[in-house]
Amino acid sequence: MFEAVAFYLFAFLTIAMFFITVTTSQALYALTALAAGMIFISAFFFILGADFLGVIQIIVYTGAVMALYAFGMMFFDTTRKVKEKRGNRYIIVGLSTLTAVLIVVIFAAPMVSKNIVALYPVIEDAGNIQLVGVILFTKYLIPFEVAAIMLLVAMVAGIVLAGKKMDISLTLMSSEEIKKEENKKVLS
Amino acid sequence: METLLYIALFAPLVSSMFSALFTTTPKKTFVGVIASLLIFTSFVSTSLLLASIVINGNESVHVEMMTWMATGNLYIPFGFIVDKVSVTMMMVVTLVSTIVHIYSIGYMDHDKSFNRFFAWLSAFVFSMMVLVMSDNYAGLFIGWEGVGLCSWGLIGFWFHKESATWAANEAFIMNRIADLGMLIGIFLVYWNTGTLQYEGAFEVFKTLDPATLTWIGIFLFIGAMGKSAQFPLHTWLADAMEGPTPVSALIHAATMVTAGVYLVIRSNELYSLIPNVGLFIASLGAFVALFAASMALVNRDMKRIIAYSTLSQLGYMFAAAGLGAYWVALFHLVAHAFFKALLFLGAGNVMHAMHDELDPFKMGGLKKVMKWTWIMMTIASLALAGIFPFAGFFSKDTILEAAFAEHHFVIYGVLLFTAGLTAFYSFRLVALIFHGEERYKIFGISPHEAYRFMLVAMSPLLILAMIAGVLQEPFFHMIEEILSAHEYHIHSHTTLWIMLVGTQVFVALAILYAYKKYANAFIKVPDGTSAIENSFVYKFLYNQYYIPYFYEEYLVKPYRELSDIFWNKVDMKILDASVDGIAGIIYGTGEKTRAMQSGNLSVMLRWMVVGFVVLLSLAVVFGLTARYSENITVIFSGLGAM
Amino acid sequence: MEIGLNHYLVLSTILFAIGLAGVIKRKNLLLLFFATEILLNSVNIAFAAISHYYGDLTGQMFAFFIIAIAASEVAVGLGLLIVWYKRHGNIDLETMKSMRG
Repeated sequence: MFEAVAFYLFAFLTIAMFFITVTTSQALYALTALAAGMIFISAFFFILGADFLGVIQIIVYTGAVMALYAFGMMFFDTTRKVKEKRGNRYIIVGLSTLTAVLIVVIFAAPMVSKNIVALYPVIEDAGNIQLVGVILFTKYLIPFEVAAIMLLVAMVAGIVLAGKKMDISLTLMSSEEIKKEENKKVLS
Repeated sequence: METLLYIALFAPLVSSMFSALFTTTPKKTFVGVIASLLIFTSFVSTSLLLASIVINGNESVHVEMMTWMATGNLYIPFGFIVDKVSVTMMMVVTLVSTIVHIYSIGYMDHDKSFNRFFAWLSAFVFSMMVLVMSDNYAGLFIGWEGVGLCSWGLIGFWFHKESATWAANEAFIMNRIADLGMLIGIFLVYWNTGTLQYEGAFEVFKTLDPATLTWIGIFLFIGAMGKSAQFPLHTWLADAMEGPTPVSALIHAATMVTAGVYLVIRSNELYSLIPNVGLFIASLGAFVALFAASMALVNRDMKRIIAYSTLSQLGYMFAAAGLGAYWVALFHLVAHAFFKALLFLGAGNVMHAMHDELDPFKMGGLKKVMKWTWIMMTIASLALAGIFPFAGFFSKDTILEAAFAEHHFVIYGVLLFTAGLTAFYSFRLVALIFHGEERYKIFGISPHEAYRFMLVAMSPLLILAMIAGVLQEPFFHMIEEILSAHEYHIHSHTTLWIMLVGTQVFVALAILYAYKKYANAFIKVPDGTSAIENSFVYKFLYNQYYIPYFYEEYLVKPYRELSDIFWNKVDMKILDASVDGIAGIIYGTGEKTRAMQSGNLSVMLRWMVVGFVVLLSLAVVFGLTARYSENITVIFSGLGAM
Repeated sequence: MEIGLNHYLVLSTILFAIGLAGVIKRKNLLLLFFATEILLNSVNIAFAAISHYYGDLTGQMFAFFIIAIAASEVAVGLGLLIVWYKRHGNIDLETMKSMRG
């Protein structure tokens, strides 16, 4: 009973938040609603017993991603109302719904035919975090490491792209050169 | 023995290959000499084979060089057989080709394409040897097509002349039409007997029902009709005279055109079983003999007259073969090859002397400058007319006797009448060329005799045309068993003598009449004003019974129009249009969908989603079909049952 | 009333549809990024739910990797956005036409 109440409550909240995110014309609203939606989603993870995932969701999305977006928004003109595309509303709604329905069918089909076999079953006594650790560092070790490298690459890329004058090295330049660079008009 | 066989077969091929090396280079006499030597080698080998066969009696040489096709039940080897029939043909082919090769060294002396000529000519000899020596129908067909090809190349040898290429194509196409019949015949043989080897097929023929055999016989004979230019496929032979004269002598008189006769003789065991078809062949042969002779009466082209006489003589051969007198047909083939080649080569000399003038009315009195040619052509004509004791007398009279003895008096009568016509037109030609006034002087031509070595090369043919008759008895004894031959005897000696003497007198009178009419001093170059030239019969004959005209008007033109329609309507409007349409659709699609590639990212995004939806739908559809495939099968089978 | 897997799947589908609508509709690149985050999260819910109801941790692992990918995507994407903004003064999707053929 509690589960059902929690599910419907959070489902309503999540849908509402994301709906605002998609429809609002104020970038700030959208950001706030998105952050709220992320936290509500973590609630589902807790209901489903995926504690570790829930924690990660809050930390990564609300902590890191949203902070990044927030910083990013500081660059852009966010006070201005966001222009909407003049598109055919029916096409958008139709396409989205169709896609959604199809995905449901695809996911539901194997459930109906009951042919999913648990490859890595949950062990009853162990806690969720413990299990995740075991599996992550045994079966999924290589994907895990690859993900780590990917994150590193993304970080470097982000710095290089966003940073100013990343093509010159201050440590290798003499003081005159640095001064010359400072006097230059900032490009772009 | 086998070595001799291979030498006889492949020496012409080597000769052809060797000459082909020099086709693009200027004239080199040694090419002709070496080609002639190689063909002579082939002749010597054949002579040795003949000698060994004659001396050793009934023996035949049979070799299987290699397997050509072996798939399932089909087994066709490259097998060659030298028996008494094929060795006779080989002798004719190699002897005449040797002479023609040597003669051509002189005849083609001034031609740019001297080397190419020998390449083609030797290739022809090789093809002819394959045709003659093969021990199965497939090999025969290869040779058959090979001679057709070489004939095409040689008729169209002077391809810069429009008429020559036209004649070459005509010959080739007519032969292809007939070859279709031949192919069907060969297929029928294989279908019904399961083999293409002569021996095996002939064994099985005895057990087949007459209807099947009749069809096989008819279709094979259609092939023979094309190659031997029998009515109604005869028009190519006269047009084939566009080729160089040695070619006419070798291919269109002595060897290739007799391939049809050879086919019938070779398949004698088949035709013996179907006398009805044989009778048809004999009737057609007699008809063609008369038909061709009548056209030769009025023609004004020296080579065409000889070509028609060839046609006429082929008719004689078919008449004999159709009546079951295969050995007589073969003997006439041999004798005819000698005197007809001689006649053609003589005509070549005349042409050379007259600077390629072909109208005998513009010659006259040439015997003074071309004594030897005159003698040779006169003797060849006497042999052709069948005057005792020349070769033609023995072979032709035997055909007449055979027709008489078989009680086919209509055929006999036609052939006898034709003999008179033959004598008349042959000596009309001789009289016009060599006797009477020297009309050529008007045209400012100074004729000269051919090279001495050409005349020497022709001399064996001259001798054979004179004495080949004495070979009749030995030939009969040699061939008797293999062709199940028997001599034709008229029951009463009186009848026989009356026939012989009567024929001779008839022929002699025809000759005298020809001399009287054409050897006098009043012959003028016809200008189309005299009464006889305007008579209906003359025009009818001169225009070859309007058959070429008929073909042109009622076959070629409608075909051309039909082709035009197919080109304009079917090809352009349907085939081309559909191909263009496919290209157009692709092009148009590209043109239309170009708008998608506006570079606008949001539009791209939308298309991406559309694609995503399509892929998902496909996944669902395939998933469902895979899941419910059994039910779907059941549903469809239910639908089918309804 | 028991909450089953289908409930989660339907929820996930609804969120996915919302996200997709956002992707198609938005013109501002930043807001478009938000929409992609919604898409990724909706899928995460589905993975977690399946993982739970089938007692298989693979689903959670995938959700985990998806989060990692989302984080990298945001880092790189935002960097690119900033560069673009510096160059052109806006982050409007309609202005990005350099790919026009």
